Amino acid sequence: MTHPSPSQTLRQKINLSILLFPATFWLILFFLLPLLIVLLYSFLERGTYGGVSWVFTLENYQRLINPIYWGVLTRSLNLAFLTTTICLLVGYPLAFFIATRPPRWQNTLLLLIIIPFWTNFLIRIYAWIIILRNEGVINTLLQSLNLINQPLDLLFNSFAVSIGLVYGYLPFMVLPLYATLEKFDFSLIEASHDLGANDLKTLIRVVLPLTLRGIVAGSLLVFIPAVGEFITPDILGGAKSIMIGNLVQNQFLGARNWPFGSVLSIVMMAIVLVPILIYFRNSENSNQF
Amino acid sequence: MITSSLEKNQKLDRWTRIIGQRLLELTAILSIIFLYLPIIILVIYSFNESRLNAVWRGFTLKWYQSLFEGVAGQADIATQQIWNALFNSLWVGGISTLAATVMGTLIGLAMERFRFQGKSALEALLFLPIIIPDITMGISLLIFFSLLFQLIQTLTGVRLVLGLPTVIIGHIAFNISYVAVIVRTRIAELDPTLEEAALDLGANEWRTFYRITLPLIVPGIISGALLAFTLSLDDFVITFFTAGVGATTLPVFIYGMIKLSVTPAINAISTLMLVASLVILVSSLALQRQKT
Repeated sequence: MTHPSPSQTLRQKINLSILLFPATFWLILFFLLPLLIVLLYSFLERGTYGGVSWVFTLENYQRLINPIYWGVLTRSLNLAFLTTTICLLVGYPLAFFIATRPPRWQNTLLLLIIIPFWTNFLIRIYAWIIILRNEGVINTLLQSLNLINQPLDLLFNSFAVSIGLVYGYLPFMVLPLYATLEKFDFSLIEASHDLGANDLKTLIRVVLPLTLRGIVAGSLLVFIPAVGEFITPDILGGAKSIMIGNLVQNQFLGARNWPFGSVLSIVMMAIVLVPILIYFRNSENSNQF
Repeated sequence: MITSSLEKNQKLDRWTRIIGQRLLELTAILSIIFLYLPIIILVIYSFNESRLNAVWRGFTLKWYQSLFEGVAGQADIATQQIWNALFNSLWVGGISTLAATVMGTLIGLAMERFRFQGKSALEALLFLPIIIPDITMGISLLIFFSLLFQLIQTLTGVRLVLGLPTVIIGHIAFNISYVAVIVRTRIAELDPTLEEAALDLGANEWRTFYRITLPLIVPGIISGALLAFTLSLDDFVITFFTAGVGATTLPVFIYGMIKLSVTPAINAISTLMLVASLVILVSSLALQRQKT
């Protein structure tokens, strides 16, 4: 039993390849290969009717420096950072609150946070149109109270996009934060008090450092999808609040410049992958002791 | 002197603590309101008589009526389209969930139970679809299919176009990873002594898998499948780039409605989808509770 006979290992090998083959085949053919083609396309010249002509060039990458595209790039990063910061500022106290309730309450509160997630993303974003547009809930309310004469421009700008992003990704922040806070030993707070630290000092010196893992995980979970967003700026934003995702879409469906669109998606992928690699490297290091 | 300043400090501390508690409660309440208000408003306005304005003009069911008239087949084309889109969504969701669940479970088993060469590379390949931006995956499939179809046309003369099959292929590709992750957690939690016991009692590997391992990981497979189905129904971006003309799913249809005209009919269909997903959520929670 303990010494597998040669026939057994052969059978195991066959079993293993049956298990591995379908998914690996599918992912290589319909995920990895398409990505490699995107990488290839990013070095090709633009064709006349969409598509490409097979000439090597670096021109597509040079186009990134163009102030128009550079502006969109920095705006995407700014909006993603802003979203992450707001989510953290709101999400941390929220997660702290949930983690300090009695266990039964904790589950109910978590469920309350997750339920909106079960609504289609488009619909959740669309709901903000009803609230923010000129004839929307806020403007109608303010006008009927005679606080404003003309409707405020709340929709189709960066403000609306940030609200939509925070709304869409807040739960991504709360859940990992809750997971670390739930394991946090709250008697450490008392210990810190007994040793003479006040609340603020306790928060900064004890609670925050010990829940750093959750803060980093939550921030990544918000930042990564936010930077690649396409729907929220498309629906709630205007011409002056487009993000990389919209630019990519435009290059593929509007401007028909597939090579430049490929460059943009590779940049987007790099922005997403770099923080993740750093995160994994750090967590591997910290696991060692 | 020292004691009085200490007392003062403690008093101050008590106050900051009370204020801190209140602030915590306030953030919690405001966040929950923030999360729910848009959805509640959406539902309320699906019953509003007025077409454009946020002013309440009276209760009506006409927006729902406009959706359901499509069933009898006499309604205008728009309502018929909604039902087609719903049917397409369910079809794409069903097929892709089935395929992704089988493939994801198999590879999940392999990753948890075997050691082999190139495992870490495969690990990365499995992880990548989860973190890569949707739109990158969408456009890469668009390029891939257009190249592939060009190739097929020059080789065989057959002209293929984007449609439901290409959407399904894309959905399977992103769903495999999610199913694998969930199935793997379940396998990792499994008590290995149960399988060892079965082997000791004379069952062969296949029998052990079929009678012991599989039944034990079924809950994981079901949650994986549920997640895959939800993600598939919810997906807009990848579908948008791989659908072409005539393969409209519900999210793509809703996107078109939002971009072209904002009518309360969208609120009505959104409310119905909301109710449907709540029913699924509640029943799956009830199922879970029954099991434990």
